[in-house]
Amino acid sequence: MTDGHLTDLLIEEALISDLDEVQRLDALVTAHPKPDHWRLLIEGSRTSPESRFFLVARRGDRLLGLIAGEIRVWEFGSPPCGWIYTVAVDPDARETAVGTRLFQAICARFRRQGASTVRTMVGRNEHLVLSFFRSQGMMAGPFVELEMEIRP
Amino acid sequence: MNLQMATRHALFAVLELASRPDEQLSALDIADRYDISANHLAKVLRVLGRAGIVEAVRGVGGGYRFVGKAKRLSLMDIVSLFEPIGSPDHSTAPGARTPQGQALRLVMTEIEDTARSTLSSITVETMLKLAGRMDAP
Repeated sequence: MTDGHLTDLLIEEALISDLDEVQRLDALVTAHPKPDHWRLLIEGSRTSPESRFFLVARRGDRLLGLIAGEIRVWEFGSPPCGWIYTVAVDPDARETAVGTRLFQAICARFRRQGASTVRTMVGRNEHLVLSFFRSQGMMAGPFVELEMEIRP
Repeated sequence: MNLQMATRHALFAVLELASRPDEQLSALDIADRYDISANHLAKVLRVLGRAGIVEAVRGVGGGYRFVGKAKRLSLMDIVSLFEPIGSPDHSTAPGARTPQGQALRLVMTEIEDTARSTLSSITVETMLKLAGRMDAP
């Protein structure tokens, strides 16, 4: 470790064989096991590597973090844009720049595919995740999320 | 949304001190930099001191220094020392129980929730990075 940063961390594309580690990591940060969701995301990133991304932060045989997203084109009239829809870091590895390196890596991939904007959506009360994205320089964008219940 | 004067003074003081963590600055130093009242700022610094965000250093060359954790301290932590974010309970205000009053309350709550979320998710460290990207006057 240098200045609290891990020097032996590898940021790379996830493999299907990472599924167990991804689920372990997910269990550390959320209370909702979702193996099918993770499998589909990893598979999607393998079959559409130019538009869908699932990166992991690997240290030895452990995953310390993950980030996933995709390029969306002309959604809501927006030019090609990178969307991050999940990020997670092992609580024991926080403040070691794992999240920052994952964020920078996925932004680099978005950029290579022609996207000049990165977006995400975070719960208003998820201050830890919001703080992370803001620390990377993200601000509120031009869209407002609206929703309503449509119960029968 | 406007912040009260004391809140703005507090934010300026914390940002200035946090940007120079190895230095001690007097109220006058900070007041000069932001063109604000040193007397008013001194009172604000005492509140920040009681909250454990800054520390007074006595003696020659004394002043204040930042002792908070810039990576964790949010704007909300500072703002809430000086003013509430979100209006007081208006349920007893005239008209509050009418459908129009209830609808207005719903809209105001949305605005306040957004303000609270924004202030809670921006840390002093993030603010310093943001300020670093702004043009100097």
